[in-house]
Order: sequence, then structure tokens, then C-alpha cells
Amino acid sequence: MAAMIELRNVSKSFGGVRANQDVSMDVPAGKITGLIGPNGSGKTTLFNSIVGYHPIDGGSIRFEGREISRLKVPQIARLGMLRTFQQTRIYGNMNCVKNMLISVPHRSMGYFEIFYDHSPGELERAERLLEFVGLYAKRKLLAGDLSFGQQKLLEFAMALMNQPKVLLLDEPTAGINPTLINGLIDRLKRANEEFGITLFVIEHNMRVIMNLAEHIYCLAHGQMLADGPPDQIRADKRVIDAYLGAH
Amino acid sequence: MTLAMTKSQRTLGLYGLIAIAAVIAPFLFSAYISQLTVLWVMVLFAITWDAMGGQMGYNSLGNIFFFGAGMYISAVVQIGLHYDVAEYTAAYGAIKVDFTPTQYYTGLVLGTIVAAVGSVLFAFLLSWVVFGLRGPYFAIGTLGIALAAGELVGAWEYVGAGSGISLPVFPGEPEAGERFFYFAFFVAAVLTFFFFRWLYQTRFGLAINAIRDDEEKAEAMGIHTMRYKTITWALSAFFLGICGSLFGNYNIFIEPLEVAFATVVFGIPMVVMSLLGGKGTLWGPVIGAILYHVIKEATWKYFLGWQWVALGLLIIISVVFFQQGIMGWAQEKWPELFGIEVEEAPAEGEEEAA
Repeated sequence: MAAMIELRNVSKSFGGVRANQDVSMDVPAGKITGLIGPNGSGKTTLFNSIVGYHPIDGGSIRFEGREISRLKVPQIARLGMLRTFQQTRIYGNMNCVKNMLISVPHRSMGYFEIFYDHSPGELERAERLLEFVGLYAKRKLLAGDLSFGQQKLLEFAMALMNQPKVLLLDEPTAGINPTLINGLIDRLKRANEEFGITLFVIEHNMRVIMNLAEHIYCLAHGQMLADGPPDQIRADKRVIDAYLGAH
Repeated sequence: MTLAMTKSQRTLGLYGLIAIAAVIAPFLFSAYISQLTVLWVMVLFAITWDAMGGQMGYNSLGNIFFFGAGMYISAVVQIGLHYDVAEYTAAYGAIKVDFTPTQYYTGLVLGTIVAAVGSVLFAFLLSWVVFGLRGPYFAIGTLGIALAAGELVGAWEYVGAGSGISLPVFPGEPEAGERFFYFAFFVAAVLTFFFFRWLYQTRFGLAINAIRDDEEKAEAMGIHTMRYKTITWALSAFFLGICGSLFGNYNIFIEPLEVAFATVVFGIPMVVMSLLGGKGTLWGPVIGAILYHVIKEATWKYFLGWQWVALGLLIIISVVFFQQGIMGWAQEKWPELFGIEVEEAPAEGEEEAA
């Protein structure tokens, strides 16, 4: 199986803090890969490095075989790699449908196409995806009036609207009402199976990530601690120690 | 108007009324024709500023630069068609231009076209510099461009430096000239209005709103933010360049600090008018421009000597107590009138498990 994202010896420091040190990993195409680690272990920093939010100090990041470590955020997004934010980011002053229409893919949009109207097909797809995440009834509501959990679902739907190849999700279930979590896991799996989107997920909720991912990487103190299938990670003593604070 | 009228009929009726009023006004109030002429200039200013500040969230204090650039580009083209520009400006008005109507109109049209294109080119060039800045730094950076341009042109002998350039006089009766420019600015303002009205309904409008509300998210979604920002600035520049060219000819005499790059008289009011009427709305800048202009002319007439104090007070009141502006306030109060499809937020605890 070809790796969609390949990281080799990626390092990133902020002043004296070594947020990521020699991190190497592969995110295989078509699968769901997990990234866990205690607070401050460098998970979000790694995400930010991958999507081009800040330059890395060393190492290589490849997306579909292409080196992307020097590209900027919108360029990487247009290649088909999208991320959602830990602190959900939606357009609160616009209704859900507009949020979706903003998210149409821009990768092939030419200079004149940016002046086109939104096509009926786009509108239909926006509504279908809102239905997919269970927000169809609220499509005309201002996104800012939605609950936090619903905003997360909206952000997920916006990402799907963009038709990415790979989606990086930063704690998709954090702060969500537990009754909504099962529905979200189900939708993440369906996005992976039905739309063929590769998922790379940071998650704190062990039940969620064990249920979701086929392969899990564990970071601690900025370094790769362990990786393997969920059962192996769950039993790994180093992982347990890292989470319990023994070191 | 009855309620049975559809929304588009009402809109059409409104446009009709405005058009009739605008056409009759210069004949009915011929004593005020110069004030009415400048009113359309102000409307154009407010609309083009709002595209940047209101719709895209980039508060430019330097849009006046394109007005001045257009003015000077057009002047150089118009004079240059028949004279040596350096010789002409060095004579400080001693060379009297005497154009035939054909020469005058071809010069005006050609100058305006070159002014529009030139302003757009300036916008593209400057965008490399200014769009690296955000928030207040962008505002100050653009203000710097406008101020620097005024000083640079003021020191540039080729275009007459601080003494400015006299432009050809309208070939005809002075009253006919006044009416000609009144309608020229009216048409320019109307075209600007309808252009941006169309623009805000396309994908482009939504994208620049996205940049305003959360640029980082827009980038993360792959939106060509730089491209949108550059094009929006260039579109503002296009209409401002045309307006500047016309204004130079209307004023007959141009100079850098008080006419072309007039930051205090024109540059800052662009922002005030938008804020007053409601930034980020279609009609806000238009209403704000009319209100500002009426207040300004009234204070000039009745409180001379205190006019800047009165305008300063207006700015403070609108910024401190009335930030959403007239249209912003109206849209919040009667959203259905503006075709905004938003439902009331449901009561707390209504959230169902999906």
C-alpha cells in the first residue's frame, strides 16, 4: 500500500522547546490512521507542519510522493490535503449553506471561474452533505448559533465539500456531547469508505481512536514513541507509562 | 407601494425613483449642481472603499492613491497628445490649451482609459507589498502609500510638482460643462454600484467575505486568498482611476496634496461614509455617502470654521456608538426585508442526538 503522506525525520523547535524531533511516519492511502500522545507531546505541531502552517527545521514531508515541506497552506490545501481545527473554525456570521458554498474545491478554479455564480449542482451537493452530517434542518441557521458539537459537524461537512484526498482531523470529538460521538465515528468511517477519503486523526478519546483507526502512532515529548495496530498500542507499556506520566 | 409587489418589483421601483431624481436634480437645483456632482464622487468613493474594508475586511486608508494616480495619468495623456508635457508644466499655465471639441473628448476618453488601466497596474504592483500586512498595519501601510505619493508627485517637476497642471477647459458653455460632468459622475457611480452588486452575488463575493471573517480558515480551505485580495484592490483601483481622471477634468486644475491625493478631504471620508451607512452592505456606503455629504455641506454653510469639528464629532459618534451603521442596524432589525434567510436560533437544550 502506497503511503499518501510520508514523514522522514521531521523536526520543529520553538525557541528552546523541541516540539517535534526526528518524527518519521507513513499515512497509507485509503486508510484511517491515528495519532495519540499526552498533552504537549507535539501532535498539533506535527499537523501544523504537515499542512504548511509553519516551516519545519529539518526533515522531509511528502504528499503523494511530492515534497511539500516548503509549500504554503493554501497550496497544500489545493493539492487535496485539508485540516480541521481543534478549536472549531466556521463562519459564524453566515448560515450553514453559505459555509458549505465557501468550501467548494479551489484546486482547479481558473481566473474567470471565480466570478461564476454557484451552480445548482454545488448547492445540491452542499445540502446533501449537510444531510449526511445531520444538519439539513438547520441549514438556514447562522453557523454561530449552532452548538459546539454541531459546529464540529459543520466543519467536517465543509471539509467533505472540498473533496480532499486526505483529511487531517484535530480532535474531532473533543467537547462533543457523548451521545453525538457515536454518530460522528460512524460518519468518519463512512467518509473513509464511501468517499474514499484518507483520514489522519488526532484523538484523546481512547475509545474513539481504538474504534476508528487501523494503525496508530503515539508521540511523547516530541518523539515517536510507538506505532502499531490498536490492540498492540493499547497493550504497549511505554504508551501506558507516557499517558500516566511515568517517564 | 403595495405589499402585493414582489421584491424585484420593489427594487426596480426604487432604482427608477433614484434614476428620475438623479436626472431631474441638476435642473431643479441648478444652484447646487457642484455639490450634487461631488455627491456622486462620494458615492463612488464609499462603494469602492467598502469592497475592501467592508466586504473583505482590509481597511485601506490609501485608496485615494488610485484616485490621484488616475488623475495624473489622465492629465499627462491628455496634455501629451498635443504638447510636450515637461515644457507645458514648466510654463506654469502660460501655454494656453485651445482644444477643439474632438480633441477634448478624444483626450478625455483616452486619458480615462489609460488612467483606469494604470491604476489597476499600480494595484497589482502594490499588492505585493501591502498584502503582507494585516489589520492596523495594513491600514497604516496603505495610508503611507497615499501620503508618499502626494509628496513624491509634489516634488516631480515633469508633472508640475507642487504647482500642479492646468487641464483643458470644457469646450462649450460653462453650464453645459457642469451638466456634462454631473452626468459623467452619475453614470460612473451607477456603473460602480451595479458592478459590485453583481460581484457580491458571485463566488467571488462569498470568498472575500470568508477572508474578512477568518482568513486563516480560508487559507486552510485552499482559497487563493492573495489572488482575491489583489483582484478586489484592482477593481477598486479601476473605478477610482476613472473617477480621478474625470475629477481632474471637472476641476480643470490638479495638484498633488489638495486635489489628487487629498487624504483629509477625500481619503478618510471614504472610510467614514462606509461606517456611517453600514460597512459590508450593498446600500450602506451609498446611504452613508449621501448623509456624510449633506452633513458636510450643511456644516460648511452654517458652521464655517467649525466644520472639521462637526465632522470629527460625527466620526467619533458613529465609531463609538453606531458601529454597525445605518444598514447594519436595519438588517438586524428587519432581516426579511433584505432577503436574508436566517432562522431564529432554537432555544437552549433543543439539540437532538444526530
